[in-house]
Amino acid sequence: MITRGFQGRRSQVESKRLPPGQHLTRDFPVLSAEPTPHTPLNAWTFALQAEDGTGIASWSWDEFRALGPSEVTVDIHCVTRWSKFDTDWRGITVDRIFEAAALDDPPSPYVMAFCDGGYTTNLPVEDLLEGKALVVWEYDGEPLAPEHGGPARLLVPHLYFWKSAKWVRGLRFMDDNEPGFWEVNGYHSYGDPWREQRYDGD
Amino acid sequence: MATHGGNSGTTVTRVPRTSAWQPATVVSTREETRRVKTIRFAVSNWPGHLAGQHADVRLTAEDGYRAERSYSIASPPETPALELTVERLDEGEVSPFLTGQLQPGDAIQLRGPIGGHFVWSASERRRPLLLVGGGIGIVPLMCMLQHRRLSGSDVPAALLYSARTRDDVIYHEGLRDLARLDARFTLRVTLTRDSAPGWCGATGRIGLPAVQALLDDLGGEADSFVCGGAGFVEAASALLLEAGQPAHAIRTERFGPTGT
Repeated sequence: MITRGFQGRRSQVESKRLPPGQHLTRDFPVLSAEPTPHTPLNAWTFALQAEDGTGIASWSWDEFRALGPSEVTVDIHCVTRWSKFDTDWRGITVDRIFEAAALDDPPSPYVMAFCDGGYTTNLPVEDLLEGKALVVWEYDGEPLAPEHGGPARLLVPHLYFWKSAKWVRGLRFMDDNEPGFWEVNGYHSYGDPWREQRYDGD
Repeated sequence: MATHGGNSGTTVTRVPRTSAWQPATVVSTREETRRVKTIRFAVSNWPGHLAGQHADVRLTAEDGYRAERSYSIASPPETPALELTVERLDEGEVSPFLTGQLQPGDAIQLRGPIGGHFVWSASERRRPLLLVGGGIGIVPLMCMLQHRRLSGSDVPAALLYSARTRDDVIYHEGLRDLARLDARFTLRVTLTRDSAPGWCGATGRIGLPAVQALLDDLGGEADSFVCGGAGFVEAASALLLEAGQPAHAIRTERFGPTGT
C-alpha cells in the first residue's frame, strides 16, 4: 500500500546487513522497563542453575573475568527498529562458561537468563553455543555503563536485542521453553530479526 | 514462572493481541506545538489497546521502499478513533513526513497495540498514580490520564511534566482542564529552558523535593510511570528510588531520536 507523497531517505540503507523494517543508528539508544539497578562488583556473581534453582556453578566478578575473555565485533538489532553496525564487545563466551562448569552436555534444551531488577528472557541453549553468545562487560573498549546493562549483560546478537539481557546474573536451565519478561508481554518467543519475529504470532 | 518485579503479572492477561499490518486513513490532524502534531486515524480492525501501549507505523514509497517506526498511542481505549502524537525530528525520516505532509484522506499502514508492561488499566490498579514525563514522553501519560477520567477511576493521580519552554508544553489546555475539573488530580509543569512572561509554574529540572511533595500528597507508595528521553528517565527514576519508592513500582519508557 503506497503512502501518497512518501519518498524516504535511502542514503543510509545497506540492505544486505539491515534486517527488514530496521534502520541504522549511530547512537546507542537505551531501552529498559524499570529503573537501572546498580549492583556493587563485590556482590556480583554469575550463576548457572538447574531448573529447580539449585546451583550448578557460580563465579565472583574476578573469577568470571578470568575465565578467558574474547572480543567480538557484531551488528545489533533492536525490536524498536534501530540497528547498529560494528559494535565492539569483550566478555566470556557461553561455550567457555559451560566448559568451566564442566557441562559437556547441557542438561536442558532451554535457559532463562535472569538479571538484577528481575528481568528475564528465554533462549534455546543451541543459540548460545558455538560462539553465538557471550556475557560481556566492555563496550567499545570501556566498562559497560549501567544504563547499557553494566556491570555485565548477555550478548546474543543474532536475535533482537531484548534477548541480550542487561544486568545478567545467570542462566537457569529449563526443559520447557517458558516465556520471559517481554515474551509474556506480547513479544516473540524467539525473536529472529531476519524473519521479523517481533511480536507474539509473527 | 519468573516475572519482572512483584506486580507485572497482573497486566498480562488482558493485553490485546498485536494486529497484522492494516490500512489506517487520516481523519484529521491537530497542531499541539510547533514541532508536535496529533494525527487521528480511522482503522477498521483495531483490536483495542491499553493506556500506555504503542503502535508501529509503516510508510511505503511508490517504488516499494518502506520505513517503519513506533509511536505511543495518544487516544484512550474508550474512544473509537486512534490518535498518535508525533514530534518532528528534523534529521528524522518518518516524523517530518507525518507532521509535515500527511493530510486527511491519506492512508498509511499501522499495526498494534504493542507492549504489555508500560500500561495502566483503571480496573486493575487501585494505588495512587504518579506520572513523570519529559517532553514528548507526555504522550502515553496523557493517554493514561484520559483513560482514568473516562473510566471513572477515583484513584488520586499526579503528573510531573518537564518541558523546555512554555511553547513546548504539549496538551497544555487539556491538562489544565483535567486539573481544574478533578480535585484528585494534581498537575505540576516545570520549564527547564526558560520561563515565559506570566508563567507561574516551576522552572528548572525536576528535583527530589517536588517528587517527595507529590508522593506525600498521594499518600505514600504509588504506581509510577516515567517516560521521556533516556537521560530524563534515568534521572527521574533515580529520584523516585531516592524518595523511597520500590523499584518494582516504577515503570519506565524511553524515547530517543531513533525510537520516535
